[in-house]
Amino acid sequence: MTHETSEIAIDVRDLRMRYGTKDVLAGVTFSARRGEVLALLGPNGAGKTTTIEILEGFRTRSAGEVSVLGVDPARGDEAWRARIGVVLQSWRDHRYWRVRELLAYSACFYAPYSTAGVKRPWAVDELLEIVGLTASAGEKLLALSGGQRRRLDVAIGIIGRPEVVFFDEPTAGFDPHARRDFHDLIHRLSDFDNTTILMTTHDLDEAEKIADRILVLDGGRIVADGSADRLARDLATTAEVRWSSGGQRHVHATGTGDPSAFVRELMMRHTDVTDLEVRRASLEDTYMALVQRAESGRSSGEGTRHEAEVGKGRVQS
Amino acid sequence: MTATATFDVRRAAVRAGFSRGWIETRHNLTETAFLIGHIIPVVAYIGVLLLMRGKTVAGTEFALVTMVLPSLLGMTIVYGGLSGPAPALTADREDGTLLRAKATPHGMLGYLVGKIVMFALTTLVSLVAILVSGMWLVDGLVLDARAGLLLTLLFVVGMVSTVPFGVALGSLMKSSFQSMLVPLVCMFITMASGIFFPITILPVWLQWLGQVFPFYWVGLGARCAMLPPEMVVAEIGQSWRTLEMFVVLGVWAVIGFALAPGLLRRMARGQSGSALARTRDRYMTKGY
Repeated sequence: MTHETSEIAIDVRDLRMRYGTKDVLAGVTFSARRGEVLALLGPNGAGKTTTIEILEGFRTRSAGEVSVLGVDPARGDEAWRARIGVVLQSWRDHRYWRVRELLAYSACFYAPYSTAGVKRPWAVDELLEIVGLTASAGEKLLALSGGQRRRLDVAIGIIGRPEVVFFDEPTAGFDPHARRDFHDLIHRLSDFDNTTILMTTHDLDEAEKIADRILVLDGGRIVADGSADRLARDLATTAEVRWSSGGQRHVHATGTGDPSAFVRELMMRHTDVTDLEVRRASLEDTYMALVQRAESGRSSGEGTRHEAEVGKGRVQS
Repeated sequence: MTATATFDVRRAAVRAGFSRGWIETRHNLTETAFLIGHIIPVVAYIGVLLLMRGKTVAGTEFALVTMVLPSLLGMTIVYGGLSGPAPALTADREDGTLLRAKATPHGMLGYLVGKIVMFALTTLVSLVAILVSGMWLVDGLVLDARAGLLLTLLFVVGMVSTVPFGVALGSLMKSSFQSMLVPLVCMFITMASGIFFPITILPVWLQWLGQVFPFYWVGLGARCAMLPPEMVVAEIGQSWRTLEMFVVLGVWAVIGFALAPGLLRRMARGQSGSALARTRDRYMTKGY
């Protein structure tokens, strides 16, 4: 089973997408092992949806290499499609269908793809139970609440027991309870069924909760790739050092992630330093700064990541 | 994948399509929103027949209503096949139904089978409704085994020659708003198709225009099936022109089958979550 878990399910190399003269993706590279849960995090317009749609096979890329379950999505056939789950955000489709009716209809297509290892599709009633729609099974879709519809979207997306599932902003419009249920479902899929999951979100908190790994996309590039801890180190470019000396309170913001050198020098030069405080910008601070930058000036493009070197040591009384 | 396995997956999709067609037919016949759309034309046709009572076909002794009822049946077949798919297709594209089909293995096949079954069944119900409610207003129709057989054949040929073209049209339309033009244009065409009055009283150029479209020909076929043979004198060339009918409908079928798969694929290719989100935003801001 070890070779199974180390297998690569998604492999993206130097993915580029250009609309006219605008580069939406400027060389994105990452991969996901089987059973891994990846969150693609980034502000609006960072290229998350474009990336996921290329992987789903719904969009043609400009350049780069992409492989999902060993197949180029641009050339994925129906047998490949049967192993992929796409969770769509329903709007008002199938209004007059009943919940169970639509799920059972969707299930029909997967039966011929059943193998000795993976029994397809999921039993309709079991899946309804898992997503918490048993009580609404006989309801028309138009009678469902937003949260219920989203849960049905998830059920339809995974009814064929896919090996890779794509979610684009899955929890938008969920209440906290539905959100937690969704997180449980994600864990169940990845832990018990070894399903690989790639989801986009702009909610850092959610990414930290669900994902084994977080990819931060900004301006068409991956600016960080790793666990939440690693991200905090990679992304947190500033640290604040505060101290008192000569009866005054001082603040210094270091440009690099590691403030040790500054502190060493400070201590050697001033012997009366007291109340020393070193504070790293939290992951949240950094991410918020990134989102804010993305929102305030998309045009600044290049070097958005490094312009965060603010404040050169100002004095505060 | 082996040939048998490919056959299996397609068979599963076709079977799913039939269940889809049946479910959607049921919605069409039970949901008020759809039902009104089916009842209004039938009521309008009956009204037309009532107004025409006592009138004769120009230059003959034949009752006009006797000529109009079969023509209405022919028109209903073509209407269902030609103008039905475009609004349905754009609506399904805009609400995400097509995107779901695309995300499912052979989902488009299931979707198309479902649509064809649904249009065939609902058109059939309309035909029966018009025939049953019109029969007591109209004398002199021939309703024998020959008529039944010919009407069935006409229904199949009419559907085959118009549904693919209707699907091709629907794939070209950019929005629901645009696709509403298709039934509207069809309505004007029926005016020159010899449905409500014999085509022979029109100027010759309009007669030619009418004869380009299937409305005239399926109407003619229905008249051939249900009218007494002597009523042929009211037709162009005093003939039912059965061969010409099959040729014209055949040409429509060939054009439809040539255009539909490519256009449908092209339209489906453009479908994605973000395309759907854009449509949704458009509806939120513009309202159509």
